[in-house]
Amino acid sequence: MRVELVKRPQQSALFSALSPFIALGLTLIAGAIMFSLLGKNPLDALYYYFIDPLTGIWDPGNRWQLHELAIKAAPLILIAVGLSVCFLSNNWNIGAEGQFVTGAMAGSMIPVLFPEFQSWIVLPLMLIMGMAGGAAYASIPAFLKVRFNTNEILTSLMLVYVAQLFNDWLVRGPWRNPEGFSFPGTVRFHEYAIIPQIWPDAGRAHWGFVFALLAAVAVWFMLSKTVKGFEIKVLGQSPRAGRFAGFSASRMVFFAFLISGALAGLAGISEVAGPVEHLNEKISIGYGFTAIIVAFLGRLNPLGIVAAGLILALTYLGGEAAQISLQVSDKTVRAFQGMLLFFVLACDTLIHYRVRLVAPPAAKPAGAAATEPAGNA
Amino acid sequence: MLEQIIITIATAATPLLIAAVGELVVERSGVLNLGVEGMMIMGAVAGFAIAFTTGSPWLGLVAAIVVGALFSLLFAFLTLTLVTNQVATGLALTLLGLGLSGMLGEAFTGQPGVKLPLIYIPVLTDLPLVGKLLFGQDPVFYLSLLLTGSVAWFLFRTRAGLTLRSVGDNHGSAHALGINVIRIRYLAVMFGGACAGAAGGYLSLLYTTQWIENMTAGRGWIALALVVFASWRPWRVLAGAYLFGAVSIGQLHAQALGLKIPSQFLSALPYVATIVVLVLISRNRRLTMINTPASLGRPFVPDR
Amino acid sequence: MKKSLLTIAAAATALSLGTLAAEAKVKACFVYVGPIGDFGWTYQHHQGALEMQEALGGEEEVELAYLESVPEGADAERAIERFARSGCNIVFTTSFGYMDATNTVAGKFPDVKFEHATGYKREHANVSTYNSRFHEGRYVQGVIAANISEAGVAGYIASFPIPEVVMGINAFVLGAQTVNPDFKVKVVWANTWFDPGKEADAAKALIDQGVDVITQHTDSTAPMQVAAERGIKAFGQASDMIKFGPETQLTSIIDDWGHYYTERVKAVIDGTWEQVDVWEGMAEEHVVMAPYTNMPDDVKAQAADIAAKIKSGEFDPFTGPVNKQDGSAWLADGEVAEPGVLLGMNFYVEGVDDQLPQ
Repeated sequence: MRVELVKRPQQSALFSALSPFIALGLTLIAGAIMFSLLGKNPLDALYYYFIDPLTGIWDPGNRWQLHELAIKAAPLILIAVGLSVCFLSNNWNIGAEGQFVTGAMAGSMIPVLFPEFQSWIVLPLMLIMGMAGGAAYASIPAFLKVRFNTNEILTSLMLVYVAQLFNDWLVRGPWRNPEGFSFPGTVRFHEYAIIPQIWPDAGRAHWGFVFALLAAVAVWFMLSKTVKGFEIKVLGQSPRAGRFAGFSASRMVFFAFLISGALAGLAGISEVAGPVEHLNEKISIGYGFTAIIVAFLGRLNPLGIVAAGLILALTYLGGEAAQISLQVSDKTVRAFQGMLLFFVLACDTLIHYRVRLVAPPAAKPAGAAATEPAGNA
Repeated sequence: MLEQIIITIATAATPLLIAAVGELVVERSGVLNLGVEGMMIMGAVAGFAIAFTTGSPWLGLVAAIVVGALFSLLFAFLTLTLVTNQVATGLALTLLGLGLSGMLGEAFTGQPGVKLPLIYIPVLTDLPLVGKLLFGQDPVFYLSLLLTGSVAWFLFRTRAGLTLRSVGDNHGSAHALGINVIRIRYLAVMFGGACAGAAGGYLSLLYTTQWIENMTAGRGWIALALVVFASWRPWRVLAGAYLFGAVSIGQLHAQALGLKIPSQFLSALPYVATIVVLVLISRNRRLTMINTPASLGRPFVPDR
Repeated sequence: MKKSLLTIAAAATALSLGTLAAEAKVKACFVYVGPIGDFGWTYQHHQGALEMQEALGGEEEVELAYLESVPEGADAERAIERFARSGCNIVFTTSFGYMDATNTVAGKFPDVKFEHATGYKREHANVSTYNSRFHEGRYVQGVIAANISEAGVAGYIASFPIPEVVMGINAFVLGAQTVNPDFKVKVVWANTWFDPGKEADAAKALIDQGVDVITQHTDSTAPMQVAAERGIKAFGQASDMIKFGPETQLTSIIDDWGHYYTERVKAVIDGTWEQVDVWEGMAEEHVVMAPYTNMPDDVKAQAADIAAKIKSGEFDPFTGPVNKQDGSAWLADGEVAEPGVLLGMNFYVEGVDDQLPQ
């Protein structure tokens, strides 16, 4: 018995819509098995993971959790939306975490170096500098790829460590808060440098979440309604066809990296100017990597990514609830996310292929030509 | 002292070398598995657990290899049978490995492990200057050199190696010639998994004889970089692994000597060095083209 | 789908009713920065929490809840708020990075008591801060190291140049200089609290540079294992690491938070809790030395003697005359350092062979 794939003549609309849900369902089943093996009641565990954080929808007393969901989802969505442009155009930016940190550093320059400069213009400037910082940092792997043909997966990843260490040096050295007893971290930002909260009475969600939604809609529009979006997809699926169409692959490398770098940088500055309120050495907690899952879970569609970002944020919040109530280890969160991504990827196969089980003595057609399915490599 | 420093570098380089040589074979077959870190950490936890419960570090090493290979099967099934995206699947493998190993290993944290013994050959090991370096290291160190040599020989001197490379270079024509592309790639991925598992086992059974969450600390990613760094040639992987080991150990020595550079910059040195070398190697397009498996990362579905 | 959701919700309600039935008198909650299995910082805090629960009458009297590996950024505030909302009477936040978040949440929940470890901000009356005088133990280590070392050089694996770590290095050097005025310390900054591979490499590098005793201010047991392999002596950190170096460990500085946690939770039960700023050491048994092992009896006696003097308050490790690294005077003869200076310490004393990262 073996599994055989038969390419569908065209994408299955049914499975395009269903596959994320099938994946979610399979993850829940696998999760339930995992919790049973850990000796926990799987229903309770799944309740805490997926329902408890959402009780705020009908219970005003729990509304703060929805705000927390927005805070956690905002950076994931921002970064993942940018990554979708990269991945669709076949550029493998794995280093969004580094661009996130660089954006945070660049944006923090104003309140840290010029604390006496207090005006309403500070915050917009910070956001712009954050985007510029992230984009500039992302342009390094783009440049190396275009100019020297260097593998961008590895360079962008190596640059993550460099950015983290540089940030570490900054907040322990030149940017250290002089009144902070030599502990790492800059001064607390003044009020003009902090992103306001949306409904301060209900919880601490800030406008960063709105930036994320706006970015998602803008990129969705670009991808689905403009020539640029067409160019991105053509170059991603077949660079050769793109070249015949007169598109420049090198320019696309820069375009994709700059967009995703800018959005990752915006996520970074929104994080430090939002809930954290100062720059420190602990801001990098892996949003840039988790966003890769978000991008794929949202099937590289910016609107899907909004949903995916919220689901991932849910696993973090739910993981905490389960930890407190059931003493489930915090490692289950990562295992959960890994499984979710596996199932999403596997289910996506159903969109392009029909899966058949074939009995062993399948005669192999000699000399059959191989096809390469359209898709990202 | 110099001898000890070289041995320290060798110890730092060995896990990178083993994992990278394994990944090299995978990539030569045309598959890009970014899950090295995940397979490595699964090997580390399995190796420690078995060595701890049975008391035999050798059984632990075997367990690490077996678990690494089995874990890689998950990746193989998704990318080869279900033709999922290799980059995303590799990342999922890493995430899952890091989470699962943390859960499985909870019972073993804070326990001293069982260490693989060092080689001791009377007379030879006691030779001055080079005795310990050549004849007194851990067995896996020698195996890693043997592994590198065998892989180099296999890839470039045997028929099977030629087949594997042809699959990586052009899976379409390899398939047309009647080669079972998928089967060869399955085997290659499992070999890579076994190597990554062994590298993880090396960490928990020898490098630091204990189990701790996330103990691979990014070494899987370094191994991936080394493969490209080496432009897919086994002996260059060896050179790269030792260079990387030398830079990371060197920065600690520079600090102990009182060099006045912020330690963060020294810590960043190995990563910057990797980027620089990647650029130097890849700028020579012709050279890279010859060695790069042309089908790397591209999905393959045999036509019926 | 809907039906199963209802089932789940029903199950959860039943569950919460179950916990209500067995409600304890007080709920103490802990926010940890690492995994409880790190065998270092977080492990010791968790041991302290368990000790407290045991001392106050077990599960019926004290309900314990904790969150592990909580990042010190935006997530900290959520974790602390979650505890404050879920009925915790007292919340311990056990890492410096939780300082601002602890104070913010404390402002919103005036009825809940908050205890922040290692910080200095107490913006509301319901926030206390607590820390330990770890450097007292480092001073004793210095005395032992100078006695044991033949090379006259110790290796010091440091994590990050925060005041606590700098204080530790200085205390170690001052202790060592009482035995050997020319004693040297080589410092390697690992830039991590916890990376066994890197800590092991740092230990090897130091040993290759000729040190013959190792001390660490990072949390893993890897340096101890390396020292054991290379046949030199070493000091443990945070917990008793004798298992990892039965022939190697000289002693270890054990963080014992149990007394403090018991005292504070008891104060909540009795209704006598008040804001404090606690910085206690050997005298209060916050800092405990593991048994002195693998050293001659006269060194043991000397170490025990100096430890007893620190414990009784007869002697403070930072007692003048002490010069700064550049030779300028810091403490005059007999002068004792101000706590405020120590808690923000960012300079070395004379005799440290390293440039302090700035």
